[in-house]
Amino acid sequence: MVPTLLGRIQTRIFLLATVGSALTALITPVLPIPGPLGPAYRTTFIILAAVLVLGIGWELVYHLLMQWRWEKDWPTLFGLVTAVPEGALVWLLLSAHAVPGLHATPPFGAFLADFAVVWIGVWLVANGPMRVPFLRWRFHGGRLA
Amino acid sequence: MGTPDEAQLDRTLVPGTAPELDRTRQLDRTLVPGDEIRLEAPAGTGDLTPELLERPVWTDAMVAAAGIPIMDVPLVTVGGGIGSFVTVDYLRIAGVPASRIRVLSNIDFPWKTYEYLTRVSQIPDEARIRSDSSSRPDNIWGFPSYALTEAWREKSLGHLAHVLGEPIFADYWTPRRSTVFGSMARESRRIGYDGMLVKGVVRMVRRRFGGDYFTILTPPEGTSPTKRVAYRSRFVHLAVGYPGLRYLPDLQDFRERYADYEHVVNAYEPHEHVYETLKARAGTVVLRGGGIVASRVLQRLFDDRERYRLPTNIVHIFRTYVDGAHGPNPWMRRKGDHGWAYQGFNYPKSVWGGQLKAQMRKLDGDERAALYKLMGGTNTPRRRRWQQQMRDGRKGGYYRDMQGVVDKVEPADGGGVVSFVTGNAGHEEIRSDFIIDCTGLEADISQHRVLADLLQHTGAYRNPLGRLEVERHFEVKGTANGDGALYASGATTLGGYFPGVDTFLGLQIAAQEIADDLARRGWCKKLGPARSTSQWLKWCFNRPV
Repeated sequence: MVPTLLGRIQTRIFLLATVGSALTALITPVLPIPGPLGPAYRTTFIILAAVLVLGIGWELVYHLLMQWRWEKDWPTLFGLVTAVPEGALVWLLLSAHAVPGLHATPPFGAFLADFAVVWIGVWLVANGPMRVPFLRWRFHGGRLA
Repeated sequence: MGTPDEAQLDRTLVPGTAPELDRTRQLDRTLVPGDEIRLEAPAGTGDLTPELLERPVWTDAMVAAAGIPIMDVPLVTVGGGIGSFVTVDYLRIAGVPASRIRVLSNIDFPWKTYEYLTRVSQIPDEARIRSDSSSRPDNIWGFPSYALTEAWREKSLGHLAHVLGEPIFADYWTPRRSTVFGSMARESRRIGYDGMLVKGVVRMVRRRFGGDYFTILTPPEGTSPTKRVAYRSRFVHLAVGYPGLRYLPDLQDFRERYADYEHVVNAYEPHEHVYETLKARAGTVVLRGGGIVASRVLQRLFDDRERYRLPTNIVHIFRTYVDGAHGPNPWMRRKGDHGWAYQGFNYPKSVWGGQLKAQMRKLDGDERAALYKLMGGTNTPRRRRWQQQMRDGRKGGYYRDMQGVVDKVEPADGGGVVSFVTGNAGHEEIRSDFIIDCTGLEADISQHRVLADLLQHTGAYRNPLGRLEVERHFEVKGTANGDGALYASGATTLGGYFPGVDTFLGLQIAAQEIADDLARRGWCKKLGPARSTSQWLKWCFNRPV
C-alpha cells in the first residue's frame, strides 16, 4: 500500500467499522467468553472500538516511520505484523482495566482469537477486495472521502 | 447564416465561439449520436491542402472542399497502444458503447510496440517485466493481482508468499511477460476492442470552428478512396507513446561517420548478432547506461558467459556513478552502489497513489521540476540474482564498472571500436568488440509529428520537463475547444502533476482521471461502487461489459 496519513486513518476507521464489525458479530458467539451472549458482544465491540481509537495513534507512528522509506510505501507484510504491537497494547490495557466500559478482562484465548480474526480479515480486504467497489481508493492514498 | 467567406473567417476565427456555424454538427448530433456518418465530400484531392496545413482552426467546409471524407464519432483515441487500451477499457466498463469510441492506430493490437521493445531489450516471453503485481492493464481494479492469478493458475502459494515477503525478504514480485500479454488479449476481446480499431497513421489533430476537433488519419494504401480521412469528434485522447529513441551524441557521430551499425548498437534495437558473435569468439563489450535495460543486457551477457562458458569481458561505463545511498536528507534517501541507483520500479511507489502523488499534484513550475529531479534519474531494481552475477564478475575480473564520459568513439585497428573516456580516474582508451548503448534516451516530443503539430497549431505547450503540459485530469492545457477537450496520457505527459505516467498503473490513473472528467462534462456516467462491483464480476467470468 502507498497510504497518505489521512488515507490511513480513513481506511482504518472504515474497515474496522464495516469488516471489523461484521467479523466481530460473527465470531463472538463462538469465543470462550463466560456468561451470556449480550455482555460478550459488549466486550468484543468495546475491544474493536479500542483497536480503532488506539489505531489512530498508531497510524501517526506508522506514518512517521514510513518517512524513512524512500518509496514512501507500507509493504503488505508490515500491515500484517503490526498486529503484534497493537494487539499487545490492547491486551495490556485490558489487563490493567484501563479500557473504558470494560471492568472484567476477557480470557486471553478469547481475546487472541477475536483480535486475530478481525485483524486478518481487515488486512485481507485492504489488500485486494477493497478496490472492487472503491476503485479510486488505491490511487488516493487510501482516502475514501 | 451560412459559412462565411475565407477573408471574414480569417478575421473572426476564435475557437469555440461561433454557434451560428455549428449547424452541421447540431444536425449530426440529432441523428444517431455515436454512429459514424460519412458525409458526402465534394470534388477534391482527398489530401491536405495548403490552407488546411496553415490554418490552426478548420471549418467543415474547408475539410469538405479538400475532398476529405468526415467521420463522426464522439471520442477518438490516437495511438492504439497500452495507453489507448486502458482508457478505452475504463470507458467501456463505465458504460460507454463501443460505437462511441474509435481507436486510430497503426498497430494491430495494443501491446505490439511494448512486446517488441521488451523482446529486443532482453526480456524473453517467460521472463518477468518490471511491474507491480497489482498493475494490470487488463483489470482496472488491480484485483485479483497478477500474483494471485498466477498462484491460482499454477495452484501454488509460492507467488503469494513472495508478495507477502516483498521487498524485505524477497525482490519485488513481478509478472511474466506472457501473463501480461495473455490477459490483455482476453480483455481486448471482452470489450470489443477490435471493433473500435481503425488502422492508419494519424497525421494531426486540429480544432474545429465552433467546437470539436478534426483528427486526420492516413489509412493504409488501398483501403480508402481518399488519401486522408477526417474524424470529427468532441473529444480526442492522445496516447502516442515515446516519440522515438535518441542516441548518445558520440555514438550517433560514430555511426554516421563510419556507417557502422554493427559494432555500436542501441539496446532497444535488434542486436542479437552481438550475443551470437560472442558465442563464436572471445570479446569485450562496453556497456553504457544505468537503468533496467543495462541490467537486462548485463544479465544476458552473464547468462551466456555461464551457459556457454564464454570468456566475455564487460566494461560498464556510468556517466553518473552512484556509490552509495543518496538524497538530501534521511527522509529522502535512495539506495545505490557500484554505479547504480536502486529502486523497485521507475519511480518511488508512492507516486502511484500515496504521499508523493499528493505532493506533486500541488506543485507547478520550478518546484515541480525540482521534485522530479529529486525522485528521478536513471535507476534499476536491486535484484539478488543480478547482484550475485556482478559480484562474481568483479571477483573474476571480467566485469568492471567505472565512472566516465565518453568523448568520442573510433574504429580500432584490426576491428572493433575504441572509446575515449574521461573519468574520475583520468583519461582512458577502452578497446572493445561492441558497444551497447542502454541509456534509453528519448527524443524530444517535437520529433513526433502529431505532437509537433499540436505544439505549433493547437495551443499546446510544454511542462517544466519539456513534455506536454496537462491538467490534473490530463486535458492538454491550452487546447480546449467549445465543450470538447483534448486529453493526453503516457510518456508524452511526463513532468505533469502526476509523475508515474509512462507505466501501466500511470496509464490507468490517467484513464480514471479522464473518465471522471468526461463524466463531469455529462458525456458518460461516473463509475460508482455498484457498477464497479457488477462490472468486476463480469470481468471475473469473462462476460462482455
